[in-house]
Amino acid sequence: MKIIYLIIFLVVTTAISCGSGKQGADADKGTEQKTGEATVHDPMKNKGIGPIKNIVIANEIDLEMAAKGEEIYNLKCKACHKPTEKFIGPAPKGVLDRRTPEWVMNMILNPELMIKEDPDAKALLIEYNMAPMANQGITEEEARAMLEYFRTL
Amino acid sequence: MKYINKMKSVLTLIVIALIVAGISSCGQQAKDTDAFRKGALSSDVASRVYVAPGEYDEFYAFVSGGFSGQLAVYGLPSGRLLRVIPVFSVDPEKAYGFSEETKPMLETSFGFQPWDDAHHPELSQTDGNTDGRWCFINGNNTPRVARIDLTTFETAEIIEIPNSGGNHSSPFTTENTEYVVAGTRFSVPYPQQDVAINTYADKFKGMLSFIKVNPESGLMNIEFQVLLPAFDYDLAHSGKGKSHGWTFFTSYNTEKASTLLEVGASQNDKDFIAAINWKKAEEYLAQGKGHDVPANYKHNVYDEATHMATSNQMNTVKVLLPEECPGLVYFLPTPKSPHGIDVDPTGEYIVGNGKLSADLTVHSFTNMIAAIDNKEYDTIIEGIPVLKFEKVLAGTVKAAGLGPLHTEFDGRGNGYTSFFISSEIVKWKVGTWEVLDRVSTYYSIGHLMIPGGDSKNPQGKYMVAMNKITKDRYLPTGPEVTQSAQLFDITGDKMELLLDFPTIGEPHYAQGISADRIVSKSKKIYKLEENNHPYVAKSEDATKVVREGKDVHVYMTMIRSHFSPDNIEGIKVGDKVYFHVTNLEQDYDVPHGFSVMGFENAEILVMPGQTETITWVPSRVGVYPFYCTDFCSALHQEMQGYIRVSAANSTTELKWSLGE
Repeated sequence: MKIIYLIIFLVVTTAISCGSGKQGADADKGTEQKTGEATVHDPMKNKGIGPIKNIVIANEIDLEMAAKGEEIYNLKCKACHKPTEKFIGPAPKGVLDRRTPEWVMNMILNPELMIKEDPDAKALLIEYNMAPMANQGITEEEARAMLEYFRTL
Repeated sequence: MKYINKMKSVLTLIVIALIVAGISSCGQQAKDTDAFRKGALSSDVASRVYVAPGEYDEFYAFVSGGFSGQLAVYGLPSGRLLRVIPVFSVDPEKAYGFSEETKPMLETSFGFQPWDDAHHPELSQTDGNTDGRWCFINGNNTPRVARIDLTTFETAEIIEIPNSGGNHSSPFTTENTEYVVAGTRFSVPYPQQDVAINTYADKFKGMLSFIKVNPESGLMNIEFQVLLPAFDYDLAHSGKGKSHGWTFFTSYNTEKASTLLEVGASQNDKDFIAAINWKKAEEYLAQGKGHDVPANYKHNVYDEATHMATSNQMNTVKVLLPEECPGLVYFLPTPKSPHGIDVDPTGEYIVGNGKLSADLTVHSFTNMIAAIDNKEYDTIIEGIPVLKFEKVLAGTVKAAGLGPLHTEFDGRGNGYTSFFISSEIVKWKVGTWEVLDRVSTYYSIGHLMIPGGDSKNPQGKYMVAMNKITKDRYLPTGPEVTQSAQLFDITGDKMELLLDFPTIGEPHYAQGISADRIVSKSKKIYKLEENNHPYVAKSEDATKVVREGKDVHVYMTMIRSHFSPDNIEGIKVGDKVYFHVTNLEQDYDVPHGFSVMGFENAEILVMPGQTETITWVPSRVGVYPFYCTDFCSALHQEMQGYIRVSAANSTTELKWSLGE
């Protein structure tokens, strides 16, 4: 019966030698680049990830724009965000004391990527019981109007 | 001992063989991929139907669901099932025929029909090319034609066909989707009445219907019908290019048998192809030659803005009589009960697939026009001239196989005909009628399909055979086995079988189209702002519960991951509760479902921005849970609510809430 073990040994060895060559090549390709970690994180310097790079906000609140923002907010956001109290997600009241305007707009416009990659958005997801921020198909103009509405709260 | 020695020597040989095989296979992996493809793997068809994870198929295939009543959407070449679109049969998964919005789609003049037999998908065309706007399909049993909107992949419209007894030769578009057609397979009394069946030859008629399609909205209406003798009208195709303006219908049972057709309908050597000049019909209609005939049929339309279908009662139809309209209809004698009729991409050749024959008869459109001009008639039947067979004939594909059924074209001058009895596809040359190649199908092929294969410009890369019998092709599943399709590569001289894949129901015809003609137009969500459903709640502020006598309307919303309201009280036994549920999501692929314990109904599956309504008549007191049936987020299991049912005479206050 020894010869049977010999067969098994030889066949297995041949198979392994074939397989390992392939695996090695794959492993080389699959290596990921690791990024360095930030030492101190300041949310008020974090603009988030998304289309909004820089927003200039006037001192005066544009009430007309805010009214438009409130309308969109009530239709698309209020099911999860009550204006002044914590609900499914955080309240927008005072959000500009905690976040940059760019971050707020990117969170509205690009929530999937923000939740995945932005440190503040990731922390919020965990804080809010893994309820993900929904992408409600908001335009940049609408997000800007909502930002103005948040200033009135 | 002798035996053992012998075994040892055999095993030694096996060892050597395995090692050699192992080493040589190692060596092959090292070779460059191009040589690899040309060499050892040239016979490996798996790689040619393999669509890598995350990649898209090159073509959509719309395959009839046959007696399932639905339309199946596959990707080609992978054969992956992408979606089953409910059309003529109820579908509890999608609440089609259960939700208040979709129930009207299945209304007919006979009442609500939960099932039909779906046969021939046909894509809309512009300039003779598939344009990816709509897919039409016929219901054979209770005669109807449906239109599916290819931005949403939903059934948008169903029209019933009056004066018809089985809508088989349908829908087959004209080259700019001016019309889709509906010819009756079974002739019926005209008008429908209580008569002895043996009065068939006198009292029965065959009706061919032309359904006009609005070029913008796609909305259908029966523009006119043509009254023909009581034959069985089997299949159809419209002309294209030079023959644009004509539609051709095959017929059998020109013997007018009303019993044992198996024998009685196969007596005549030749039956007829009915050629209808629909442009001429338009002239006659303009002259007022159409008779307004009382009719009873339903026209059901789904409105995307209200997310709701309505069923409209129709009471009249215009009928043209051939004896009053010279030049409207001609009969082309065609041997042996022709089944499929197919027009080549140039529009010149009209193929009559005589199903009880070994030959394929091909008529010439040019010859047909000349025969009409020269009045080359054999006879005239009920006002319809019968053209001389030899004057319209272009050629015959001789002894190609047994039982030809259908022909498609590859755009390179070749026809491909399915042969049911000899279970094969035969490739032949248009014009010379020579047989070029043949390939077996497993088993007993019916229809076949090449993407664009019945249009002016076929995309002749793949061909799909749809088989009537599956037998041993898949793992057995008891007496009933899956239906089956087979994919062939037709780019070379020889047709090559690549793949078997199962289908739903019995697949009749199919249509294929380049994915790029549909993908960019595919809708991802319904916009909440554009939702005009009468019972929509566009935000949680608008949710409420309203009692109107015994009817209770719940205006409910859903978003990841809660219902509003999720606590409802004050419902009583015997009430009819309407749950009007709006999905507030505005993101792609975030549907929510809704169902109530014991509600004797189907779940609704609500797409982002849509409103759907399902009803419940509670029969016993208690508190019943409802929940989201479509996994929507990490908190999906928390997406639930309660509804309290009190006795019919109770005074429980009507109230609703969320998070209180």
